[in-house]
Amino acid sequence: MLDNKTYIQSFCTIQNNEIILDGASIFKLEPTTFLDFSKKAYQYFEINYSKFFKMDNLSKLAFLGAELLLENEINNTKENNIALVFANKSSSLDTDVKYQNSISDAENYFPSPAVFVYTLPNICLGEISIRHQLKSENSFFIFDAFNSAFMTNYAKVLLDSNKADKVLCGWVEYFDEEYKAFLYLVGREGNLEHKIETVLTEYNK
Amino acid sequence: MTKEVYITETNCITPIGFDVATNIKNIIGSVSGIQLHQNTDLMKMPFYASIINDEAINSAFAKITSAENNTRLEKMMILALQPIVEKSKLDERTGFILSTTKGNITALKNPSSDNFQKAHLGQLAKNIADFFGFTTEPIVVSNACVSGILAVSVAKRLIQAGMFDNIFIVAGDEVSEFVLSGFNSFQAMSDSPCRPYSKNRNGVTLGEATAAVLVSSNKKNAKIKIIGDGSINDANHISGPSRTGEGLFRSIESALTEAKINANQIDYISAHGTATSFNDEMEAIAFNRLGLENIPVNSLKGFYGHTLGASGLLETVIGIESVLESKLFASLGFDEIGVSQSINIINKNEDKEMNYFLKTASGFGGCNTAVLFEKVK
Amino acid sequence: MEALKQELKEKIIDILNLEDIKLEEINDNDPLFGDGLGLDSIDALELIVMLDKDYGIKLVDPKEGKTIFQSIETMAAYIKENRTK
Repeated sequence: MLDNKTYIQSFCTIQNNEIILDGASIFKLEPTTFLDFSKKAYQYFEINYSKFFKMDNLSKLAFLGAELLLENEINNTKENNIALVFANKSSSLDTDVKYQNSISDAENYFPSPAVFVYTLPNICLGEISIRHQLKSENSFFIFDAFNSAFMTNYAKVLLDSNKADKVLCGWVEYFDEEYKAFLYLVGREGNLEHKIETVLTEYNK
Repeated sequence: MTKEVYITETNCITPIGFDVATNIKNIIGSVSGIQLHQNTDLMKMPFYASIINDEAINSAFAKITSAENNTRLEKMMILALQPIVEKSKLDERTGFILSTTKGNITALKNPSSDNFQKAHLGQLAKNIADFFGFTTEPIVVSNACVSGILAVSVAKRLIQAGMFDNIFIVAGDEVSEFVLSGFNSFQAMSDSPCRPYSKNRNGVTLGEATAAVLVSSNKKNAKIKIIGDGSINDANHISGPSRTGEGLFRSIESALTEAKINANQIDYISAHGTATSFNDEMEAIAFNRLGLENIPVNSLKGFYGHTLGASGLLETVIGIESVLESKLFASLGFDEIGVSQSINIINKNEDKEMNYFLKTASGFGGCNTAVLFEKVK
Repeated sequence: MEALKQELKEKIIDILNLEDIKLEEINDNDPLFGDGLGLDSIDALELIVMLDKDYGIKLVDPKEGKTIFQSIETMAAYIKENRTK
């Protein structure tokens, strides 16, 4: 019987002005705006990708988490079949409110295409795919709270059916300066077994 | 051995019918839901769109319930689901998936924390789930314009994972000022009813609808079998599709590999065909790369407009009827071919026996979804 | 027209979120799209909004944007000719 166990290979949490990678705090600031926090993190990690500054807050949050987890993963000489399975509670609401503001005043009516494009939560997956050239399975879901049962089952199905070699799972919640990102990479090898309870425990740390 | 998964029930609520049979009758009769509208609440200038009549929604809703607090979109979704849910028992092996891009976005017109809560997609799903008494945690798929067909793929995958035996899916979006203004800012709106794949096409016509299906591992009364899927990103640009159709190409390829059939066995393709310059061109390229250029293909956007989160599921529901009735429906709005590589657009209604049908969709963010279906013998 | 060109350079950096670009790096005749500043289709649409919002110019045919937005020089010339604000 083939061992079709799956494992969490690495994980990252971004909240409260701090970034924690595999359990260790690697970046922390005194309380500040997300705009400031994300810019300083971008500079600190020497990311060098000017499109970052066009992104909305949700995409910046997802992008930063993915950047740190995939940095040592991506093999530039071959295709990387890493699926992206992300979810959150507020969808793109933070940007939706901004866009609504740009159309609410009949006297000052200038809908912005650059804002409108980010009024869909899956755009952050597009940004990550473009950055890392991941031509892979992508899907974005909405739940009231992090749903470890769903994420675990769905990631396993993608791996078991060979639709992906690895799965980057992510909870990326952003609304009005309140944010939490919890991303983790699932694959066929590793030490931490990929189970519903394990995932939830790491999320809650 | 992977479980076999089927679609066993379908329904839809659209401007051309509040059940599947009426929609099919109107499609055969070339009746479109697209009309010229003058509604300054939605747009300053007159605009073409496919919009459902408010009175029709309210009177149909009043016939099935005395509930008073549901939003317009919720009423549309409940109307789509109701006839297929009432036949079933809902238990912990029954899942519920809701597909939408913007949900109750109209709640944002009056900003307040109550209305922010109303605009949450999870709240929308909860309102629908509570109406029917679903006991499992609702799953919302919000992945731009592929959501409706992606939801079918997700349902199949979850049933094969053993998480559920039956999953109800409802998909829907409304024509709103929010979305109209956004597409307008993208210069993507046509000034006449949309013309998919046509030489003089110049953009989308927006539409609204809801559709519902039951996906099940139970073969009894199955309408069609789901045999393969793929949802692969272009990794090219967040609002424009890949010029080589890379993501769509790989999505269809993934579905074919899983289904273990060849491209030339496909009998009919229900494509995305939004009538923007870029989307239709990309699809033609992807289909040609796979050798699908002779397979009869249509876009239903000429009947319904682009219904966003509903489109993938609504168009699948109609595609299933095509297979069951052995009828290909003309691609309304198409006139003269206007893509650089030839594809076989269905020009008039015709009879055809079909076994395999492919549904594709593409969307903002570089996403693409392809699902293959097989007629149940 | 020098003041207008300077103003346009500032606006472009601000509106298009070109965080990494300094004012001095934008030359009047550099191509804005493609190889030059590397602006894309969404940036072009935003510039069309800017023409309306800040200079009162409504572009009848968005395809005109291609010629108007070739460089700071062409933009400034077009705006000087057509502005209503």
